[in-house]
Order: sequence, then structure tokens, then C-alpha cells
Amino acid sequence: MANILEMRGITKEFPGVKALDEVSFEVAEGEIHALCGENGAGKSTLMKVLSGVYPHGSYTGDIVYDGKVQNFASIRDSEEIGIIIIHQELALIPLLSIAENIFLGNERATKGVIDWHETNARAKELLERVGLGREHPETLVDDLGLGKQQLVEIAKALSKNVRLLILDEPTSSLNEQDSEKLLELMLEFKAKGITSILISHKLNEVSKVADSITVLRDGAAVARIDCRGGVSEDRIIRDMVGRSLDDRYPPKVAHATAEVAMKVADWTVHHPLHAERKVVDNVSFEVRKGEVLGIAGLMGAGRTELAMSLFGRSWGQNISGSVEIGGRPAEMKTVRQAINAGLAYATEDRKGYGLVLDDTIRRNVPLAKLESIANGIVVDSHREAEVAELYRKRLNIKSSSIEQETVNLSGGNQQKVVLSKWLFADPDVLILDEPTRGIDVGAKYEIYCVIRELAAAGKAVIVISSEMPELLGVTDRLYVMNEGRFVGEMPTSEASQERIMATIIKSAGDRT
Amino acid sequence: MTDTTTGPGMDGGSRKADIMGYLKKHMREYGILIALVAIMAFFQVATGGILLKPVNLTNLILQNSYIVIMAIGMLLVIVAGHIDLSVGSVMGFVGAVAAVMIVNWGIPWPIAGILCLGVGAVIGMAQGFWVAYYRIPSFIVTLAGMLVFKGLTLALLEGQSVGPFPPAFRLIASGFIADPFGVDGFNLLSLLIGIAVATGLLVMAVRTRRRHEAAGVEDEPFAFFAAKNGMIFLALVWMSFLMADFRGLPNVFIVMALLIGIYSFLTSKTTIGRRIYAIGGNEKAASLSGINSQRLTFLTFANMGLLAGLAGIVFAARLNTATPKAGLGFELDVIAAVFIGGASMSGGVGTVVGAVIGAFIMGVMNNGMSILGIGIDWQQCIKGLVLLAAVIFDVMNKKKG
Repeated sequence: MANILEMRGITKEFPGVKALDEVSFEVAEGEIHALCGENGAGKSTLMKVLSGVYPHGSYTGDIVYDGKVQNFASIRDSEEIGIIIIHQELALIPLLSIAENIFLGNERATKGVIDWHETNARAKELLERVGLGREHPETLVDDLGLGKQQLVEIAKALSKNVRLLILDEPTSSLNEQDSEKLLELMLEFKAKGITSILISHKLNEVSKVADSITVLRDGAAVARIDCRGGVSEDRIIRDMVGRSLDDRYPPKVAHATAEVAMKVADWTVHHPLHAERKVVDNVSFEVRKGEVLGIAGLMGAGRTELAMSLFGRSWGQNISGSVEIGGRPAEMKTVRQAINAGLAYATEDRKGYGLVLDDTIRRNVPLAKLESIANGIVVDSHREAEVAELYRKRLNIKSSSIEQETVNLSGGNQQKVVLSKWLFADPDVLILDEPTRGIDVGAKYEIYCVIRELAAAGKAVIVISSEMPELLGVTDRLYVMNEGRFVGEMPTSEASQERIMATIIKSAGDRT
Repeated sequence: MTDTTTGPGMDGGSRKADIMGYLKKHMREYGILIALVAIMAFFQVATGGILLKPVNLTNLILQNSYIVIMAIGMLLVIVAGHIDLSVGSVMGFVGAVAAVMIVNWGIPWPIAGILCLGVGAVIGMAQGFWVAYYRIPSFIVTLAGMLVFKGLTLALLEGQSVGPFPPAFRLIASGFIADPFGVDGFNLLSLLIGIAVATGLLVMAVRTRRRHEAAGVEDEPFAFFAAKNGMIFLALVWMSFLMADFRGLPNVFIVMALLIGIYSFLTSKTTIGRRIYAIGGNEKAASLSGINSQRLTFLTFANMGLLAGLAGIVFAARLNTATPKAGLGFELDVIAAVFIGGASMSGGVGTVVGAVIGAFIMGVMNNGMSILGIGIDWQQCIKGLVLLAAVIFDVMNKKKG
């Protein structure tokens, strides 16, 4: 099949860094082409060159699309000929309707007056094409879940007569069901002749849908794999990291003791806006010292809400139930009390809730326990620097120094800063919410190692994750949560993805 | 990135490149100071040397004292991610309260002064309460406050000016520190204070540098360090000499210097300061790190009210009367000073010293243009453009970095 796209010898430099070095990248018409690589390998930069975010002249090399050399001056130019990119962070306006979002910047209008009838009718058609036929076009985007929002983005791309669709980490915040739906949609598009480029860290998804794979490492294209005949994930990983990763998880040595670190009984939480809705429903569980406990479940099962409501009642209202930490009842009405009681919660949203992005590593790391590096109210800047440097080394945070602003770090390194902050607070029980979301294989492994080390040091770690292989790889025991309730418990050694899914489905069946 | 070394063995060429490189990297910090020096140099030449005459220098400080005092409070508010539009009105209101208490009711001025500071603080708390605990946007709460206190000032003064104040009260704003040495026509104590403060700052700078060197984290070239601190030392000694030659250091100057010192320390070295920056940078992350953002926001506004009250007292004492129009529009000068000084609209960024320099940039321009006889119409235009240019410079610099 002919190539719809050929990028030849693309080099893009930023002050002091060569982000792309003579990268050649070819995509055949009508295929699904996956672009893999660790964070910082240059995937996003390459796509920004392609879509005109970095205009012609700011890079060297040629973009040949449809047999013609293209010189894009802006995103508009690339969109005009059917190249549409959907970014990892969704670009929807929450308080506008689905239809308004779909046609934003491309309004169905004559002489500036919007034709609402056509707008909504066309939107309806597009929604049907992405499998959202049941949603009304005038629904606010804010009222949709993340999975559906992602589909609205795709409908928006379709409205522009897309020929080459670029999806940057489309499933990173979706649960398994929604991810599955999205992948099926991609296959449907392929059948209709739309070419797609998929950027993803989830190699199981890549091997499921991709026809061919290009692997980037350190700004260079290191491999092009044809995978219509199947490809092993290990092969891709080997190319990505430049070495073979024998094990994606550190070895599990059992450290769990009989001593209970935290015991939660009859925990119930109501939605902060809809008081009648129970988001966490009568949950009881315990975690032991030296144990890594997993909480599995679909998106929206109430796991984050459970964790945040425990952590100083940071979420929800009408919270009832009791918590014991280290055998004593823990009074945790504020975050400060929770930290003092020995609990820590590392958020799933590191940019929104985890970091002060404009501040340096040095200022972020000690934030949760600033008083411990202060004499009275005066911060000892010397100790602060020592602490930050200690964690920078210990967690291998890739950065120029502790004075680097966290906004300029890659996702994996930002996550390590969040983790450093909570390690410094020295909790007895640490809750990690999606600790490896959107970060690369190498950084994931390092974070798994930290989790196991904490367990070895006698801490209790609770891991909330939507990636089941991760839970199976790193935890000792699992709870399954669905619709606000704990519906199953099993040692990880006896668990499997099938068994977890079966537990969820069975519990949903019990209810109806 | 390579380490910068400043060993004695280095040749002159690379040392020069070193200094330029350092300056480029830290342009945001020094840009504003360089701008102040440049503006002062310009007006010194343009006014034929009048700008830095002892009497004018003293005037410059007296004229701007209340703006500087409020800019310090405003810096904290803006760093915390809020804004206070009411400070001008609050300042006028507190001045009016002082006049009514002292002139109409005959309350002794020290007691009235303390009560007035209390009034300012209570006003700040009242506004901060709604902002912090009910999450009403500060823009709206303080816009309401601006109208309310403008109205209350009018009501309290019944549309009249109230004055004059007793002489002792006026000395707050127009007095100078006494000279125990009795040298004729020269306030020796003022010069000594100036030298002491300059020396103190120099010693502190050297000690910090030593500690940084010991820890191996110093990246400021030595020549730059020496030139910068030498210039600061000489400027302080020279300014105190000029003022000593006139009537000495104004009382207000001492108050201002103390406030600058205290708040610089508070913002850069204490847990409270650090936490205010964290709230402004990302309130959710700060709250989830156990920081009581509501209480700190509340305190920031209370502090702003207190300082607006102090500014009100100083202003009333300086004019020797409380007028219904006192403080009108001052909030804009104060906010402009903070932004010229490098604070960010979205919070989390800014320094006390930057805000003070920003206030003086505005002050020097007011003063210099008045000496040159430029009308108030063009003064406004030029000040507006300088504010815009300062913020554009800041944003461009940030992008480059």
C-alpha cells in the first residue's frame, strides 16, 4: 500500500537539546501505526512537527503527505488537509454543549450567525458514528465521563473530514471497558479507510490493534516493526529501553506481618453535591504492616473517593465510619491530622493536585512536612536542600538540579517528586492512586521498586490502579471495588485479570 | 549544563562571558533593579540634578511611603492568588476614623493610632472571611469593600475635611529621627544608621555566599557578587549621607525599612511564607499537603487591612487632615507596583523587595515628571505604558527561560 505520510530526516533542536535527530517515519495509507517510546523519546515533538505546532522552518527535514512536500505554518494548515491530532489532555470546554464543542472554531454558520438546527443535527450524526448515539448534542461536556469525552474529541475530528487521525495516549485515563470501545472504534475507522497514528504506553493495546510500530529512543527512530503477524511486548520494550527488561516487576518478597497498620470499618461517603448518592458504601478493610495492598476496580468504582475521604475528609460529605491506625482510633478531620496520624495519599492527578508546578523540586519535596526542617517558623534552607537532594538521588529524579522547576520535568519524574514528598512525610500507611499513569516503562519499574522497598521497611502501601497487570505484579493482596462497595478479596497469588473482572461483573449482576 | 567556576586562574575573557551568562539567566531578578537605576539616572540628568538633591530625595520617600507600605501587604495577597481592590478606600476610611477620634473626640493620639490599626485589621478580616471560608472571589468582595468604605468615609466626615492634627501625631509622617550628637546642620545618627545597615547587609551577603560555597551550590560569579554588593553598600551609605545632610532619616523611612526587613524574612525564610507561595501556586496541592489554606488566606487579608490602616494613619498625618477623597485610586498604584515588581497575576510568584522597587519606580517617575513639568495627563499615559512594558518583559523572559 502507498504511504500516506513520509517524514524524512526530521531534526528539531531546542536550546541545548536535540529533541529529534534525523528521524524518518513512514505511515502506510489505511493502517494503524503505533508510535512507541519512553517519555522524552521525542514522540510528542515529532507529532507537533507533523501537525504544524512547530511551523515549517523551525525544524529541518521534509514532511511528505499525499505525495506532496508540505510546509505547515500552523495547525490550521495541517487540519485543512485532514491531519487531526487529539492530545492527551483533552481540549474540550466543559461548560459548552457537545455540539458546540464539536464545531468549535468550525461553526455551522452563515455570515457569523450560527445555524443551531444544522449544528445539532450534524453533531447527532457524528455522535452516532463514534457510538454515542444515546447522548443528546446539547448535553454539557462537563456532565460526561472521561471515556465519553474522549469519544466527543474523536467526533470533533470526524467533523473535519479527517484522513490521518493522531491519538496521543487516548486511553491513559480510561478504564478497561472504555479503552476497549475506543480500540474497536479505531479498527472501524481503519475499515473505512482512515489512517491512524496511536501513541501509547500500553503495549497490550498496541499489539492488539497496530499494523506496524515505529519505536523512538532518545530522539531517533530505532526500529520499525511490522506486526500484522503478531509481535511480543518484550520485543517492543527491548527496543524502547535499549536493553532487555527481563522482569517488568521487581521480585516480590513477602514482608507482610500479622500486625494491622490501618483498619477501616463501615466507611460510607456521600457525593459532595448530590447528598443522596452514596459513593462509598459501607466499606471495611484492613492493611497490615509490610503489606502491599491493591484496590482493583473500574473507573468510577469509588476508589479515589474512598482514599481522599479517608485522607482528612478531602472529598465528599456525610462521612461516617471509623479508622484505626496502629491500633489506635485515628481522628482525621483535616489533612494535617491525617498526616500526623501517619497516613499519606499520593494523588492520581499529579499536575492538578500533586505539585506546585512553578516551584522547584527543592520546594515541592518538603511541603507536606515543612515544620520538620524548620526551627520554629524559620525554614532551614540548608536542610531543605539536603532533603531535596537526598530524594532526587534516591528516586533517581532526572533533572539538572534540585532548583529545576517541576513543570519542566517529564511525567515520570514529576511522579517521583510527588512520591518524594510523601516519603519525606514518613507515613505508616501510604496510599498511591494510579502511581504510574502515563509514565514510561523504565520509570514504572523504579516506582515499583520503591513500593516494594517501603513494604520491606515495614510500611503499609495501598495501590489503587486501573491497570490490572500492575496490581497483579506489585501487590500482595487485592480488594475488588465496584459501585462504591468492596465486592471481593483475594491474595494476589490466586488472582488473575479474568477473576477480577468476573468478580466485578458478578457483583453488578447481584445488584440488579 | 556546565558548572561555572570563578577560580583566580581564569582569564578575563571567559570571566566576562561568565558574568553575562549569569546575568542573562537571572534577568528577571535583576531586570527590575536595573530598570529603577536607569530611570533614576535618566531623571537625574533630565532634571539637572534635582532628583537626588537631599530635600527631594527625602520628599520622594515621604510621598511614596504609604504606597510602599500597602504594596508589601498587597504582595502577600497577590502571591496567595487573590487581589485587594479596597486598599485605597480602607486607607482613606482609617484616616477619617483617626481624624474623628483625635480631632473631634479628643482621644489621645497613641491610643487612637492603635485603635485605627485595629480598625484596619478588622476590615481586612471581614473581607478575608468571605474570600477564605466562603470562596467568594476576592475581586468581588474587595470591589464591594471599595464602594462600602468610600461611602463610609464620606458619611463619617460628612463630606468635610477634618483637621488639623496635634503636632505630635504629625511627626509620624513628617518627623525625622533626633540626633543626639548635635552636629550643626548634619544628622550624624542617620548616617551611622545607614552605614550600620549597609554593613549588616554586606556581612549577611558574605556569610550566605560562604555557606553556599561550602555546600558547592554557588553559581554567582565572584566579580558579579562583589560589584553588586559593593554598589548596594555605596548606594545606601550615599543615600543616608544625602538625607543626613538635609534633616536626617524620616521616621516613616525607619518604619518602612523595618517592614521591608520583617516581611522579606517572613516570605522567604519562614514556613508561613513558604506555605503562602504554595497556596498561590496550586491551592489543591497545598491543601492535600496538609496546609490550612483557608486560615492563611484569611490572615493574608487581615494583614493587608492592618497595613492599609497604617498607611491611612501615615497619609492623614502627612496631609495634616482627613479628606473624603483620601486614598482615591491608590489601590491601582499599589497593584501596579506589585506587578511591576515581578509578581504573577495567577499567584505563587513575587518578592517583597520587587514590590518595593516597583513602588519606587512609580514614585520616581511621578516625582521626576512633576519636576519636569509634565502634566498629569501625560504622566498617567506614561505610567500605564511602563506597567505594560514591565509585565511584557517579565512574560517574555519567562518564555525564554
